[in-house]
Amino acid sequence: MARLDEVCKLPGHQGIVWNVGWNHEGTILISCGEDKTVRLWARNINSENNLWVCHSILSDGHQRTIRSVSFSPCNKLIASASFDGTCCIWEKKTSTEGNQYECTATLEGHENEVKCVAWSASGSFLATCSRDKSVWIWEVGEDGDFECAAVLSAHTQDVKKVVWHPHQDILASASYDNTVKLFCEEDDDWVCFGTLKSHDSTVWSLAFDSSGKNLATCSDDRTIKIWKEYLPGNQFGIATSDNTPTWKCVCTLSAVHPRAVYDISWCHQTGLIATASGDDAIRIFRIDPESDPHAPTLEQLVTVPRAHEQDVNSVAWNPVITGLLASCSDDMHLKVWQYKG
Amino acid sequence: MTTKGIENVNPQRFVKKTKREVTTQEEDESVKDPIDEREIFDLLRDISDPEHPMSLEELNVVQITNIEVDDHQNSVKVFYTPTIPHCSMATLIGLSIKVCLLRSLPPRFKVEVNISPGSHASEEAVNKQLADKERVSAALENSNLLEVVNQCIVKSLE
Repeated sequence: MARLDEVCKLPGHQGIVWNVGWNHEGTILISCGEDKTVRLWARNINSENNLWVCHSILSDGHQRTIRSVSFSPCNKLIASASFDGTCCIWEKKTSTEGNQYECTATLEGHENEVKCVAWSASGSFLATCSRDKSVWIWEVGEDGDFECAAVLSAHTQDVKKVVWHPHQDILASASYDNTVKLFCEEDDDWVCFGTLKSHDSTVWSLAFDSSGKNLATCSDDRTIKIWKEYLPGNQFGIATSDNTPTWKCVCTLSAVHPRAVYDISWCHQTGLIATASGDDAIRIFRIDPESDPHAPTLEQLVTVPRAHEQDVNSVAWNPVITGLLASCSDDMHLKVWQYKG
Repeated sequence: MTTKGIENVNPQRFVKKTKREVTTQEEDESVKDPIDEREIFDLLRDISDPEHPMSLEELNVVQITNIEVDDHQNSVKVFYTPTIPHCSMATLIGLSIKVCLLRSLPPRFKVEVNISPGSHASEEAVNKQLADKERVSAALENSNLLEVVNQCIVKSLE
């Protein structure tokens, strides 16, 4: 029987914890929330029971809730997005007193709450999205400058989440308008090349698999969906237009989550999918390897019914340590979990 | 609209319920009292309407029959009825109901606030907004809006 064992429970945040993530080496856990702080957590090497402890608190960057936080691929920069309408860039400065993060840039431009910030795999771009319905692409300059490369107004309602493709400069966004949109750069211009329609309510989050050819989405409609990329001229008879790929919904999982699904994380090592839900539970799924890749079925491996005392807002698989999962909740806590198959 | 600001100039006033009678069992501290519909109603009945010097009970915006509680499942659902189908205050009233319950109930409860089906022109849009925890959180960080909400619920929390 597969299990998800609680490794530790981390208090510290004074309010809702909205988002968790890891650095790319998997050594630092990062979180942010209603208390307007970003917190960095690392494994306490002096402790035998694998505890994670807070070693840095980044404050004084934002005036309101910090909704989202993300490490750059080089691990030296952190970006945070806030309801105050800005995005802060934090840079690691090494001094005699140890490592410290300083806010070195504030990206302004959105009209109101910034909901999410994400670095591209190449490190060349940063994407932000907002209740103002727009998605912004920022080009990262060599001298630490951030220049707005595009303002994309494809969505008709607030944009909840932006996620980059794991290998290419392709961006996916999820919105209150119930759709997901895909963007890429074409002749120096960013364009929307796909709209994924199937959810019946707000799409809260999304995650690519390790190949970038499959996308998982989760929604207020209490379902999760798997979408598959079909290239122009594919042998499966899936029509494409304008020589761009088609993304087709190949799987819908309903009647499992009794409330909204707020986040989904697709492990690039194991292929496991974790969900964070408004019913306080964390669930782990995998695509049944026996199922048809063009009509896959999701197998539910684990449910932790009372993973947190309130809504679970975010889940993130560690990119290096196999089966290590972080979660956070309205209950002001983070948790670290170990999956055992 | 002739009267500036106020849409429903002369709303119907409904009779208020009497106070809940406390039973001897309820006074017994050793007995667990589940939260019930009447308790939710009592929390909400004195919320003020943003436009009128009347309570949501007097305007029939909240009614005990439109409240569903499952204490065991930690679920509270409130359906409220705006006085007129184009009431522009519908979202604010819903937000006040939601905030009042979030502040009063133990955090284990999942609170859903919806417009009574068929009673408002923008029912679906308002329901979706009230169900969006991120929008609700962001709205409550807006000090002007929070002030208005607090004005509405101050009496109910006394």
